[in-house]
Amino acid sequence: MDVPILKQRDYLIASIQAVLTDRDLLNLRDKLVQQVGNFRSKGVILDVTGLDVMDSFSVRTLRDMAHMIRLRGADTVIVGIQPEVAFAMVQLGLSLEGVPTALDLEEGLAYLGRIPKRPVPKHRP
Amino acid sequence: MTDRPSLPHNLEPSSDASYLEVLRELVAHLRQNRTQLREEWARRIMGAKFLTAMTNDEILAECSAVYDNYLGALETGSIEALEAYARDLSERIIPRGVETFEVVGIVLLLRDVLARSLFAKYGANQQVLTRVLDAYEPAANRIANTVAVGFVQERERIIRQQQEAIRELSTPVLPVRERLLILPIIGIIDPQRSRQLTEQLLRGIRVNRARVVVMDLTGVPTVDAAVANHLVQTVEAARLVGAEVIVTGLSPELAQTLVTIAVDLGKMATVGDLQGGIEVAEKLLGYKVVPISLQSDP
Repeated sequence: MDVPILKQRDYLIASIQAVLTDRDLLNLRDKLVQQVGNFRSKGVILDVTGLDVMDSFSVRTLRDMAHMIRLRGADTVIVGIQPEVAFAMVQLGLSLEGVPTALDLEEGLAYLGRIPKRPVPKHRP
Repeated sequence: MTDRPSLPHNLEPSSDASYLEVLRELVAHLRQNRTQLREEWARRIMGAKFLTAMTNDEILAECSAVYDNYLGALETGSIEALEAYARDLSERIIPRGVETFEVVGIVLLLRDVLARSLFAKYGANQQVLTRVLDAYEPAANRIANTVAVGFVQERERIIRQQQEAIRELSTPVLPVRERLLILPIIGIIDPQRSRQLTEQLLRGIRVNRARVVVMDLTGVPTVDAAVANHLVQTVEAARLVGAEVIVTGLSPELAQTLVTIAVDLGKMATVGDLQGGIEVAEKLLGYKVVPISLQSDP
């Protein structure tokens, strides 16, 4: 299943509404990382409300995705993790370290809005 | 309550004519001597100091109702009516502090009183007595069983109900401000309670759209390593759902447990007491509390 990626001003929104195969997830990763550059987006929201199972592969891929997007110059926030999924993830030791999370799409947008603009990197002579 | 498959509803599957006849005869005998036997029974209940929570008049009234139900069950072979009566009776007497041993003792006394009366009447003829007892004993045993089981089940139902109530009371998740929840925990946390706590917290975060939760452990004297681990996992799970957890009121013992299980403190924000925790949470949410006297008029 192909995950649609919506562009909303400076942000990209990918909403996962059904269980994805590993291949689908990798496709999503590639497409997102590509589009962040194309649109010069500042933030990405990954909505996982539709996922009622998260295995180690999907968690690792989500985390990699966030890190890759970070390297491409945008922030990522994962939203909509279900309570049962959250606790199962923690028990399996998959806690998405270093990736911000928020309750839902609205909170995710609010979170990205609160992030101060990145300082322009200084070039050392 | 669930169905109970334990007791068959017919006392005796055999519909052997002579058996029925014997049963009918002995019921007739017991009914004839109703007043005398019932009084004898009540006398022995009082003698044994059972049912001290009830007055003598009440005991007599219950005695005659139970006696009639008992004979009914003996005669028809159906214990359904008696079962319902026993449940109803239990419901009435349990709140008054009647104990299991009393109920069992009373039923066994009635069994004893009736058996003695049967002995007195049929004891002369060994053969008849045997047949009478063949009919009476199994029926009486099942009745005693029914009443005792009914009583215990009623008690268990009440206990379950109370446990449920205590459990729900034990972990309230309270909204204090828009987007801010507090979770005061008081008392010992056992594994079951900690599971329930996690569930209620994560649900509370979604329902209240909370962004910050203050988990106050002032009332928790100590926890074991498993529960401490569970608490840490709860904090992480809350983050995944989108809320930051601030833990407050850690006692020295709790702090030691958390250090012993080598918790990654980077993942857990802790503040000394509940007041401090709420202040930090307000700051995170962008609130600022100012005394009215210092407030500049707009």
